[in-house]
Amino acid sequence: MIPELGHYALVLALMLASVQAAVTFLGARVGEARGAMLMAAGLSTAIGQAGFVGLSFFCLMWSYAVSDFSVANVVQNSHSLKPLLYKLTGTWGNHEGSMVLWVFILALCGALVALFGNNLPATLRARVLGVLALVSVGFLLFILFTSNPFERVWPIPEDGRDLNPLLQDPGLAFHPPFLYLGYVGTAVSFAFACAALLEGRVDAAWGRWVRPWTLFAWCALTVGIGLGSWWAYYELGWGGFWFWDPVENASLMPWLLATALLHSAIVVEKREALKVWTILLAILTFSLSLLGTFLVRSGILNSVHAFANDPDRGVFILALLFLTVGASLALYAWRAPALAPQGVFAPISREGGLILNNLLLATLCAVVFVGTLYPLFADLAWGAKITVGPPFFNAATFPLFFALLFAMGVGPLLPWKRGDLWAALSRLKLAFGVVAAFAVVYVAAIDRTVLPLLGFALALWLVLAAATDFADRIQLGSVPLALSWRRARGLPRGIVGGIIAHAAVGITVAGIAGKGIAPERITLLQPGETTTIAGYVIRFEGTHPVSGPNWRGTEGRLVVLRNDREVAVLTPQRRHYPVANMGTTEAAIRTSGFADLYAVIGETAENGATVVRLHFNPLAPWIWAGTILMAVGGVVSLTDRRLRVGVPARRRTSAPAAVAAE
Amino acid sequence: MTSRRLLFLLPLLLLAAAGAGFWAMLAGMQRGSFDPRGVPSALIGRPAPTFTLPALEGSGKPGFSSEDLRAAAREGPVLVNFFASWCIPCLVEHPHLMRLAAEGVPVFGINYRAGGRDDPGAVEWLRRHGDPYRRIGVDHGGRVAIDFGTYGVPETYLIDREGIIRWRMAGPITDQVLANDLRPLLRRYR
Repeated sequence: MIPELGHYALVLALMLASVQAAVTFLGARVGEARGAMLMAAGLSTAIGQAGFVGLSFFCLMWSYAVSDFSVANVVQNSHSLKPLLYKLTGTWGNHEGSMVLWVFILALCGALVALFGNNLPATLRARVLGVLALVSVGFLLFILFTSNPFERVWPIPEDGRDLNPLLQDPGLAFHPPFLYLGYVGTAVSFAFACAALLEGRVDAAWGRWVRPWTLFAWCALTVGIGLGSWWAYYELGWGGFWFWDPVENASLMPWLLATALLHSAIVVEKREALKVWTILLAILTFSLSLLGTFLVRSGILNSVHAFANDPDRGVFILALLFLTVGASLALYAWRAPALAPQGVFAPISREGGLILNNLLLATLCAVVFVGTLYPLFADLAWGAKITVGPPFFNAATFPLFFALLFAMGVGPLLPWKRGDLWAALSRLKLAFGVVAAFAVVYVAAIDRTVLPLLGFALALWLVLAAATDFADRIQLGSVPLALSWRRARGLPRGIVGGIIAHAAVGITVAGIAGKGIAPERITLLQPGETTTIAGYVIRFEGTHPVSGPNWRGTEGRLVVLRNDREVAVLTPQRRHYPVANMGTTEAAIRTSGFADLYAVIGETAENGATVVRLHFNPLAPWIWAGTILMAVGGVVSLTDRRLRVGVPARRRTSAPAAVAAE
Repeated sequence: MTSRRLLFLLPLLLLAAAGAGFWAMLAGMQRGSFDPRGVPSALIGRPAPTFTLPALEGSGKPGFSSEDLRAAAREGPVLVNFFASWCIPCLVEHPHLMRLAAEGVPVFGINYRAGGRDDPGAVEWLRRHGDPYRRIGVDHGGRVAIDFGTYGVPETYLIDREGIIRWRMAGPITDQVLANDLRPLLRRYR
């Protein structure tokens, strides 16, 4: 009964979404006064739609929780012995369920716009809801016609076929929901862009509404990508964190463009310039999110990511992608030329810096795009089988990243309208000096490889530049400390968030650079034998069988010695999941916060010797610490008073309170 | 229509081109004429590419060229194996290569060094685990790997008496691969 309830809820949501699209567009067309009733109906349908998709999602989750093996989707992706957490996360660990989650988040965002968009112009809000409803309609049709998660099976199997064991992991269990939050968040910016084109008006206020949604999407994407790369690091057992895998690239491209959009929306807000470009960015960011969905689910890309692949579904998503993106770009070609730019600006200024940021990020995105799709098109056009791997991506993106990282330090120090580059650079004198001194010491004492050195230097540069920006803003040193403290507390949250995020990028870069000088060792060890890495002596004490609820495996025992003293025991595992007939490696990682000691065991040969792979990764944990901090910066910026859209009442009451506190 | 308007049409035109391409791919996948997931088999049934590789210093064996390969293949099928000392799967398949070499199957090793990745431990690795190779060539910069269409290491090719590539294995040669694929092929092309 529960699965049917979920199915009907989806159908009802589809009806509501269709009604929502019709009434909102019609209402906005008729006009603010006469269409008020219609537009108000759009609000309640948006909330109702979210309710029904939510109901449907929870019905599916219920089927997973109670292991209802009469539902085909549950049979294919669950097993009665699986821990409850992974039964629940299995809901979105498959194609059908993840699509329901996708639409659920989309409907939720629509409901939020409906509930909290009171201070948006009525017609703009109606059109935003209309665009969101159209996207919903497309995806609900897709689910109902090609990927119904509630299909029953008969006869009912005794047990399920288990979830892909790689997905039975905390890191990966929550990686997809964050990515979907991000992708769907870009749908809201997209809806705002389309609505603005329909309205024919883009102003500073529009920039202020788009920014929080972009920021929200960006934070979610950042966390999602971070979780994915963390998982790859400890689960895939190769010690790497980024492989330029096509599906990773599919999530990186929207992130790069969302980052660009985040910054160009500031220019729209502050200077009423870059409007046409910002609209295009918003459209393209969502298009790339859709493209990622298409590439992963159509089976076109060759990747480690496991999803049911089906060219029929591919055709449907392609049609959906084509209609959505095509319609918005046609709208863009038709209406955007009328949006005349207003702001005039000098190349050396904050907005100039933000344009440089946009150029570099868009170029990076283009490079990743070409590298990801070129093999497919080359195969199609002249049958050439080629692979584009890390060497291409590293060679092509590193120079751009380096330029971007350097400019990131200077940009925030430039004033709006007209800046003085030398003045900004001279404020960074101290930072320059420290970085130069660091480089000299580093070359003399640690390592001479160029790329890691550049990485560390730029990482330090970013952190110091962010610190300089902060110190300047609170006039540290030139006014009494108490006054600086008061200024620090009075800084707009948007500024503080930006400073945190920029410094966080530095921390991530330091972690990535650390990987460049990480020693690794692969050996075949007999029990009792030792090996060394980075000053540690590792003694291999053999392997023994272990087992869990739905797997069996082998666990190796490695004792870590430093100066003949035992400091840790590493227990890497190899697991086999009999139901899914798949194996996984579980790396053992001992982290000090500044470095990771990383161990994986491989096959055991006939004579009892086991392949042991060891890495010593300096600063590796910083990669993810920086990622989290970036998202924290984004959240801090989201709490900026000027972005708290739709809660005018609270704004009025909070303003006097803030004064009283001072 | 002004050129400014044309500029605004550009994204739409690019989308149309990309959409047509994707559609052709999907159509090809349904017909079975386009398979992006299949391991590229462009070289299977074709002669091995032409190359000359320098020796691995310290291995005490000369390097080799495609001519040497063809000469050896005239006596019976030969294997070309891409390896590197930093690669775990290479170590996994290594005992099988040792056994095949002991049985008299000529195995030519290519030490893979692409993407700025050097392999200083190669000689030590061979000394420690045994050297199954008749000759070893060093592929600086991975040119030959590209000519072979190699994905990564380990990768193994079987070349018949005519110098034609008959089989490729991307990944380690496991017990199963050895028993189900490689041994029957070695018998067939003997």
